[in-house]
Order: sequence, then C-alpha cells, then structure tokens
Amino acid sequence: MKKSANTAVREKASVMQRMLSAPYTVWAMLFILVPLVFIAYYAFTDDNFNFTFDNISRFFNAISEITAADGSVTKVRTYILIFRRSVRLAVISTLICFLLGYPIAYIISRMKPKTQKTMITIIMIPMWMNFLIRTYAWMTILQDTGILNTFLGRLGIGPFHIIGTQSAVVIGMVYDYLPYMILPVYSVMAKLDVKLIEAAYDLGCNSLGVLRRVIFPLTVPGVISGITMVLIPSVSTFYISQKLGSGKFFLIGDAIEGQYIANNLHFAAAIAFIMMVVLLAAMAVLRRCADAKYKGVHT
Amino acid sequence: MKTASKIYMALAFVFLFAPIVIMLVFSFNDAKSLSVFSGFSLKWYRELFRDEQTLTSVKNTLILAFSASVISTVMGTAAAVGIDKIRSKWYRTAIDTVTNIPMVNPDIITGISLMLMFVFIGRLFGASTSLNFATMLIAHITFCLPYVILQVLPKLAQADKALPEAARDLGCSPGRAFFKVQLPEILPGILTGLIMAFTLSLDDFVISYFTAGNGFQTLPIRIYGMTKKTVTPKMYALATIIFFAVLILLMLSNLAEKDESRPKKKHRNKK
Repeated sequence: MKKSANTAVREKASVMQRMLSAPYTVWAMLFILVPLVFIAYYAFTDDNFNFTFDNISRFFNAISEITAADGSVTKVRTYILIFRRSVRLAVISTLICFLLGYPIAYIISRMKPKTQKTMITIIMIPMWMNFLIRTYAWMTILQDTGILNTFLGRLGIGPFHIIGTQSAVVIGMVYDYLPYMILPVYSVMAKLDVKLIEAAYDLGCNSLGVLRRVIFPLTVPGVISGITMVLIPSVSTFYISQKLGSGKFFLIGDAIEGQYIANNLHFAAAIAFIMMVVLLAAMAVLRRCADAKYKGVHT
Repeated sequence: MKTASKIYMALAFVFLFAPIVIMLVFSFNDAKSLSVFSGFSLKWYRELFRDEQTLTSVKNTLILAFSASVISTVMGTAAAVGIDKIRSKWYRTAIDTVTNIPMVNPDIITGISLMLMFVFIGRLFGASTSLNFATMLIAHITFCLPYVILQVLPKLAQADKALPEAARDLGCSPGRAFFKVQLPEILPGILTGLIMAFTLSLDDFVISYFTAGNGFQTLPIRIYGMTKKTVTPKMYALATIIFFAVLILLMLSNLAEKDESRPKKKHRNKK
C-alpha cells in the first residue's frame, strides 16, 4: 500500500520535472521556429504582404552587365554568380582547413595528455578574439605596403598584390575557421583506440595504409562536423569579403546584408530562404554519403 | 618525422597568432602606421579611454552578456531537467531537433529571421522602430540556450538517478531534493554552459547586427563601425586589452576546472 503511494508521489514529481521544460518549449517555438516561418513568409510576399514569386524569381533572373578591361560587355545572372562564388570560395576554404587542420589534430592527439590540453587551449585563444578585429588585422598584414610585403621585400621577394583578391578572402576564411576544423577532428581522434592502429601495423600495413584504412575512416564523424562548422560560416559570411576582398567579391552574405541595409526585407528574406534550403540539402547529402561509405562508423 | 611535425605545428601557431602578435605590437606604436613601428608609446591606450562611445559599448556588451547568460542558464537548466525526464521518443527527437537549429543554421539566418519577426510585430503595433535592447536580449538568449542545454543534458544522464529518489524517500520536498542533491551533481555542466553563453554573447556580431536597435550599441557593432573607416591603432589597443582579458579568463577557468576535479575524485573513492 505504502509503496504504491510512493510511486504515485514519484510520478507526480516526474510530471513536475517535465513541466520545467515548458518555458523553454514555448521559447523555442516563439523564437526559433516562428522566425523561420517569417523568412518563408517574407520571401513569398511583396511589400503589402500579398503572395508573390517575384523575390524568388528575381534571385534567379536578375541580370547585371560586367564590363571587361577591353570594353566588351558580358551579361550575367547577378545572384547566381554571387551564389556560385560563395560556394566556390567556401568549398576551397573548407578543403584547405581540412588539409591543414587534420594533421594538426593528429599530431596533437599523439602528444602527452597534459600537452594535448595546453595545445587545444592555445588553439582556442584566437577564437576568443573578436573575429572582426582578427579579420581587420589580416587586412593590414596583406596590404600592398603591409607587414607581409615589407618583410618579403627585405628578403628581396615580391611585393605581391594580395589584398582585394579572392585569395585574400580565402586566407581570411581559413584563418577564422581553422580552429572549427581542428577541434571536432581532435575530439574524435583523441578517443581513438590505439590498439587498432598497432594491430594494423602488426598485420603489415604501412603508415599511409594505416592513415587511409584505419585512422581516417574512424575519424569521419569528426571530419563531417568539422566540414559543417567551417562550410556554413564561410558560405554565409559577409565581413571577410568586404574587408579582404575590398568589396570587389560580393558573397551571398553581402547580398543579404546589402538588401537589409537598403530595407528590401522581402528580397533579403528570399536570398536567406534559398541559402537555407540549399545548405540543408547539402548537409543532408553530405551525411548520407558519409553514412553510406563508412557505415557503422558514424555514431 | 618527429621534427617534421614539430616544424609543422610551429608554422601553424605562427599562422594562428601572427595577427594577434601584430596587434599587440602595433598598439604600442608611436605613429599611426600599422606596418612600420617607430617607437613605444601608450597614446593609443589613452585615446581609447577617452573614447566615450567605445566605453559605453563595452558597458552595454557586459550588461547584455550578463543578462543573456544568466537567463539562458536558468531557463536552459530547467529545460534540460525536464527534457531528461521525457519518455515519449518522438517528443524528445522533436525537442532535440529544434534545439539544434540555432547551432546549425548560419548566424545570418538566425539574425535575419528574428529581425523579420520583430519588425513584423512592430508594424502590427504601429511602432516606427521595433528593434531595441529587448529584441537583442531575446536574440542572445535564443542562441545561448542550446549551448547551455547541451552542456547540462549529459551531466544529467551521468548523474545517479537513485540519489534524488533516496532524498525524496528520506522526506525531502521535490524542490529540496533538486537543490540539495541533483543540482550539485550537474553544477559543473551548468557552469560550463554559463561561461559558454557569456562568451558567445560577448563575441556575437552577426546576430546582434541584425537585431540591434539604434540606441543600443555593443562592442562588436562598435568595432564594425570603426572598421568601416580607416582604423587607428586605438582599435589595436582595444584588441590587446580583450586578448589579455580572455587570457586571464581562460587561466581562471582552467584553475576552476582543477579545483572541480578534486572533490569529484573524492566522491568516487567514497563509493
């Protein structure tokens, strides 16, 4: 008799505890889900909130003319061009981040546990600095009369014109987001079972084989989250391109910001909506591919 | 191989710290140049402390980060306790998915989406400007919440489920059982969540940029404004101060972690 009363009390306590998540549930609906609905709503309406496809079709059909140095004029689809450029630069940056970051994560994971922790803390320090300031610092480094060219000039090399080129934009993205690649890869790498690597060596695998057949497949989940964490902010950035690209290479983020400043909220929403849909699809495909190729590894 | 990896790591650190070192050095530059060092001086620091707008923005940033992190930590911890008890599988999946959205979505989408909603609601009420401190606070709480929840949930999963029940059997009220037994066990997660929320809020530019009203300027927005024109080393002085503040905070949190691990070990021994 007493026992069942106790269970009832416990049930009640459990219901009470579940109620604790109610404020968050309401908050998440109001400020996470409803705002996303607003993006779609604005994207498909005009200034008077009547339904329209105009914003979406403007994204696909807006045309601008590019005058080349020799005076010839080519017509391009403005936002398709910008979108392609964003994706291209972001993919290049992500690839470089992976090529630079994966070895760093690997080297750190082979260090003594105490050194590992220090190294990770050191890598995190730049992340704590405001990214606007870091990006601006790169602008002064890469300038024609900046520190890099002054330094190279002393060595008798250069000067190189870097600022205002797409390379400068890529350098900025790689710099800002490299830690986002290192950290998730490292966290998977650190938990790797050393015995598996030793077994592979014992069974006659060479270092390259071990890396390709044992270590890499096991670290795919870390790589996937690394790619996600670098790709998404680089596709959507709007500051790096303005500063390091000298505003010559508009990215999709710049387009959204520009429309926001011009108070074209409906078109800004349309660009954001399209970007969101493309990103969601890309992420789904990425995960599906990784799952298919390394089945059972993904946790 | 060993030397090769050492050289590689050294180069990586040069790359990661080059801009920071350059800012540190040039904040003490006598001249305005950001590439030629002509002599040591503290004049940019003096100028920084005379810049009312920047000082106000620092104050604003701290007020916002403090309010956003405290509110999101309290709400997020309560939410985690509740979510941990959910038995319905689809409900749990739904909540987890929604919680993930602000972390996966680009900041610019989060910022734009909130801004559109605020502007729309503002229009309904006929307000000319609907963005202010409150909208910014809502935005910051929203993007901090998932991080707090994800810090607290694993701690709840690890925590001993029998302990709060034992406390209840021994006559504790539910509230008392929570505060006396459960809370101390998940406290490390809550604190990490609080610190994360605070630093995220402190550093956020993109979401603030879209949800900020004209009257309330945070430091990142102020920096954005400053970098629109040519920048004086004054901003480097500011960066240097931020750098050392971050360094001290990191060292303090490392120390706190060490203190934390000690009583935990004792607890395990007792078992």
